Amino acid sequence: MAHDTAHHESNTARIWKVFIILSVITIVEVILGIIKPTFMIETTVISMKLLNWIFIILTVWKAYYITWAFMHMEGETKGLRRSVVWTGIFLICYLIFILLTEGDYVYEVFKAGHKSWDF
Amino acid sequence: METAVTKTGTEDKTWGGGNQPLKVSYGKMMMWFFILSDALTFSGFLAAYGFSRFKFIDSWPIADEVFNHFPFLHGVDAPMYYVALMTFILIFSSVTMVLAVDAGHHMKQKKVILYMFLTIIGGAIFVGSQAWEWKNFIKGEYGAVETRGGQILQFVDAEGHRVGLKEIAIVDTHNERARHERKNGIWFQKEATLPTYTIDEIRAGFEKRSDLLIRTQILNEEGEKTILSRKESLRRLQADAIGTVEGANLQHNEYGTPLFANFFFFITGFHGFHVFSGVIINIIIFINVILGTYERRKNYEMVEKVGLYWHFVDLVWVFVFTFFYLV
Repeated sequence: MAHDTAHHESNTARIWKVFIILSVITIVEVILGIIKPTFMIETTVISMKLLNWIFIILTVWKAYYITWAFMHMEGETKGLRRSVVWTGIFLICYLIFILLTEGDYVYEVFKAGHKSWDF
Repeated sequence: METAVTKTGTEDKTWGGGNQPLKVSYGKMMMWFFILSDALTFSGFLAAYGFSRFKFIDSWPIADEVFNHFPFLHGVDAPMYYVALMTFILIFSSVTMVLAVDAGHHMKQKKVILYMFLTIIGGAIFVGSQAWEWKNFIKGEYGAVETRGGQILQFVDAEGHRVGLKEIAIVDTHNERARHERKNGIWFQKEATLPTYTIDEIRAGFEKRSDLLIRTQILNEEGEKTILSRKESLRRLQADAIGTVEGANLQHNEYGTPLFANFFFFITGFHGFHVFSGVIINIIIFINVILGTYERRKNYEMVEKVGLYWHFVDLVWVFVFTFFYLV
């Protein structure tokens, strides 16, 4: 229908390229997950291990490739792209911030020892 | 479609009707917004998982100790490998799906059939693998003891290697306790499966073997589970332990906090259900492609729409993989 104008030439080359990128990122994640480099575990960035930050960044990077290349978000109009991506990212960041802050608070309450829970 | 729209005299204006301001068909746009809402649902689950994990940040189970099975490698400690393989299968089925969409743009029916077939096979293998992961998780490996406070105590030998309940227990053959079933009493009364070993059998065995120690849920500074001294181990087993746990369900979990099992079942289950329904929808579209429905319609947009859903399932898995197995 209206989308027909967007593609005529084949995208196969790009698809395989993205597949290779996604595979390499996954392999890097698995290798890091198995060897767990000591300095990455000992370094803490914004109250989380550096290794965990690396995993999260790699994951978001993979998510970007899946959405942009495979789901063809790069070919959609700016309006559709923003109404889907910005809405999602905003609400997800908000939710994560609220819940993790609260979780950390509950942890502190447990640790303060006003209430025994290890018995 | 245009013929059904009543002329309003505002056709040339963007929002005047009869237009597609976002340059996509209604169906595809709605698929995008469904995906957005579904993504928020999954984020809700994963953020709740994060909440519980932050709450028990110093006692959360270590994923590498929980998911360390690989098919045909019994007793081999292989953390991560199987789930990495599953991830590859799902990414690859995403690739074949996008190749099917690409072939559809060029009206190549044969290629669409081939690629959709591969996608369905990949999805089926993935669901099967997930079922296998569940089986291992539910069955458990070593078994543990639960305390009154719901804490898990596991057993290790002097070198720190895990020791299973079956190696510890001294089975008391005189004390045979039959499970109460409906057929033996009043029809509406029954009880759950009895544990293989009672806590007294474990206590007796533990006292005999002086090399055994107890490992608690609490993580030390190196991120490993704390191992108690022999004296402290004996004290906790006598004073606090109330029962044995083998495997995991929604109430008890031999690996640590039951919340871990609850979130694992709920999130991977919900994702698995998405994969399953994705496979079903793919099969329906696959049959339509074979029947030549889209050849006659002269466009393969339906393949593109199921493709979007299928990529979304892959997208969610990328996050589940990170937060359950890596972080």
